[in-house]
Amino acid sequence: MQVKSIVICGVGGQGILLASDILADVCLESGYDVKKSEVHGMSQRGGDVISTVRYGEKVYSPIIGENSADIILALEKLEALRNIPYLKSDGKLIVNDYRWDPLPVASGLDSYPEEVLEVLKSNVRNIYIVDGAKIAKEAGNLRTMNVVLLGVLSLFLDFSKEIWIKVMEKRIPSKYLEMNLIAFEKGRNLKI
Amino acid sequence: MKILLSGNEAVARGAYEGGAKVATAYPGTPSTEILEEIAKYKEIYCEWSTNEKVALEVALGASYAGARALTAMKHVGLNVAADPLFSASYIGATGGLVVASCDDPGMHSSQNEQDNRHYARSAKIPLLEPSDSQEAKDFTKLAFEISEKFDTPVLLRLTTRISHSKSVVELKERHEISIKGYKKDFLKRVLLPAVARKRHVFVEERMLRLKEYAEKFPYNRIEEGKSKIGVIASGVAYQYAKEVFPDAWFLKLSFSYPLPEKLIRKFASLVKEIYIVEENDPFLETEIKAMGIRVIGKEKVPIIGELNPAIIRKSFGLEKEKKTYDLPHIPKRPPALCPGCPHTPVYYALSRLKVIVTGDIGCYTLGALPPLNTTDSCAEMGASISNALGLEKALKGTEHPKIVAVIGDSTFLHSGITSLIDVVYNKGTSTVIILDNSTTAMTGHQDHPGTGRTLKGEETTKISLEKLCKAIGIEHTYVIDPYNLKQTKEIINREIHRAEPSVIITKRPCVLLFRGKKWTPAQIDPELCTACKLCLRLGCPAISLRNEKPSIDEFLCTGCEVCIELCPLKAIKLKDPSGETVRNPKI
Repeated sequence: MQVKSIVICGVGGQGILLASDILADVCLESGYDVKKSEVHGMSQRGGDVISTVRYGEKVYSPIIGENSADIILALEKLEALRNIPYLKSDGKLIVNDYRWDPLPVASGLDSYPEEVLEVLKSNVRNIYIVDGAKIAKEAGNLRTMNVVLLGVLSLFLDFSKEIWIKVMEKRIPSKYLEMNLIAFEKGRNLKI
Repeated sequence: MKILLSGNEAVARGAYEGGAKVATAYPGTPSTEILEEIAKYKEIYCEWSTNEKVALEVALGASYAGARALTAMKHVGLNVAADPLFSASYIGATGGLVVASCDDPGMHSSQNEQDNRHYARSAKIPLLEPSDSQEAKDFTKLAFEISEKFDTPVLLRLTTRISHSKSVVELKERHEISIKGYKKDFLKRVLLPAVARKRHVFVEERMLRLKEYAEKFPYNRIEEGKSKIGVIASGVAYQYAKEVFPDAWFLKLSFSYPLPEKLIRKFASLVKEIYIVEENDPFLETEIKAMGIRVIGKEKVPIIGELNPAIIRKSFGLEKEKKTYDLPHIPKRPPALCPGCPHTPVYYALSRLKVIVTGDIGCYTLGALPPLNTTDSCAEMGASISNALGLEKALKGTEHPKIVAVIGDSTFLHSGITSLIDVVYNKGTSTVIILDNSTTAMTGHQDHPGTGRTLKGEETTKISLEKLCKAIGIEHTYVIDPYNLKQTKEIINREIHRAEPSVIITKRPCVLLFRGKKWTPAQIDPELCTACKLCLRLGCPAISLRNEKPSIDEFLCTGCEVCIELCPLKAIKLKDPSGETVRNPKI
């Protein structure tokens, strides 16, 4: 099997590292070699965050360059736009219809591009738009947005649902587990 | 058992399995998690040291006792620890001594892109470069053995992508090593010139023996290929190159200083053309070219920035057809001071004064960015105070703005204190602001000598910054609450005009130390707001401009009330005046 590369991107604080940790563990549990990479430090202060998960029989590089991702999962629209150069021409983009203004926009020094979803659609053939915030609220908490999106991502990957659940049970504190399992289920049940 | 570990977690596991007894560090991205992970093993004494120099010296002391010791730091930390590193090379190691240096190609969280492999060459010590987490663990254990066998410290060099990438690791049990015990050895450890001259002879002989060892080191290996191209690579660059050149022969170097010359010559005889793929400096390239071997390296592979397979492909003209995108202007998303950050009001106060602000290393470097635009310089740990003194002395007798140095509590204890002593000793008059948020925030909230807790979570003597400053002779030392904007402005304004040195300690815990708390947010009354946008000048991520008027995001707001105090029209109020805020937490 050829190595698959998945990029999860968004804003520091959206739970990208947890989402990519869950995905990487699911790959390992499913019997693949896996590498995962992200950068800590400065990026945790409200900056943009990108995490890469790669799996297959044998994975060398933990990161990818442009034109190399099979799937990009973007938890924020602007970050989807920023990262599409990483997508293969036949790659899939799952984008959360959620806006989080960067500070230069919030303080009026720059502006958020208009019609981001339209721009994405005109650039990417395989695009899937999800209202993660709405579904997460239905699941009980806006903060489960990352897991809703993981549920959507799981539809495009060939891993068993049991393994996803097993890994989440291990990774998510018991206090928040049920809410997250509901969020995952809601994402996975979306008609895409 | 196989699990996914980051390179840093794997180094920690390697120290554990390899029988380490002592581990030390000063936090610094991308190295911090090594000690945080080691702290989970009760078998290992570990500490946050005051700075990297101290960390290496403590580890060296443990090695004197015959215990295996590891010290970890970011690349620039090794500059601080360079002095003991060079002496440790001469003294050698009784118990295994491993120095883990985590370099940061691409400068994700650093002020420069130095390549610390040069330290192995200049300090004349062996260098190991793992290329994934399994090797990070295995090489840490091997490094202890090499250290003891050859009587030398070993440099274990990781880079951000090794430190922070996770890959599969097979766990093993701990191999308990008994401490050899301390034995006096004057001719080894007392580096008087007469002793050091003899030790230098030992070091040069050691280099020859290490070179022989490198020839047989099992992780220095030739991988057979199908083409006539040979690639020499080490560290994470090996992984990138494996993807780009699937048919090439490979010489994977893991023990990369001193280099196995015979093995390299053998490899050169097997292939027609050699590419050297390495991140940042031409370290391998320079050494191999000096052997008289023709190679292609930095004329193709970039010297600046982090590599990845796509960049290497492009360097060698192997790029696949690239899709181009039609994208609008994408605003940057720079990191920012958090909502409720106690540094924000201090920077706001400084931004209203015409002062030169020398800065330092930490979250507060972000005060240099818009809209605060405050900090004038950021060089390295502790530089703010000494830079301020230099400016003051040079500008003496000219018309110049007042000079303020801004430094965090952890950075101040790391190396700001020596600069402050210099200010007192040499009659400086600068104002120093210590942003005391009771933690090492930028690297993820580590304790330090001012927090009263050790790395193991034990209570310890809490060093009072106020008493410390007073004890060295700063008579005008004041502790203030930065959330009180009026007082903060007044005291800074008063102290910058003083013809003596002064220290203002702005004391409030980092907002992220309260993680999980729900705060009562502030709200802007749109009826009262005239859109003067003064509140936006704080650069608070919770305040944003929506429909011509600022509004506050109630999920992000922590209720620090600084904007409430700032608003001239009293248009901002707490949602619930009796609710809990970060300004008045109920602990």
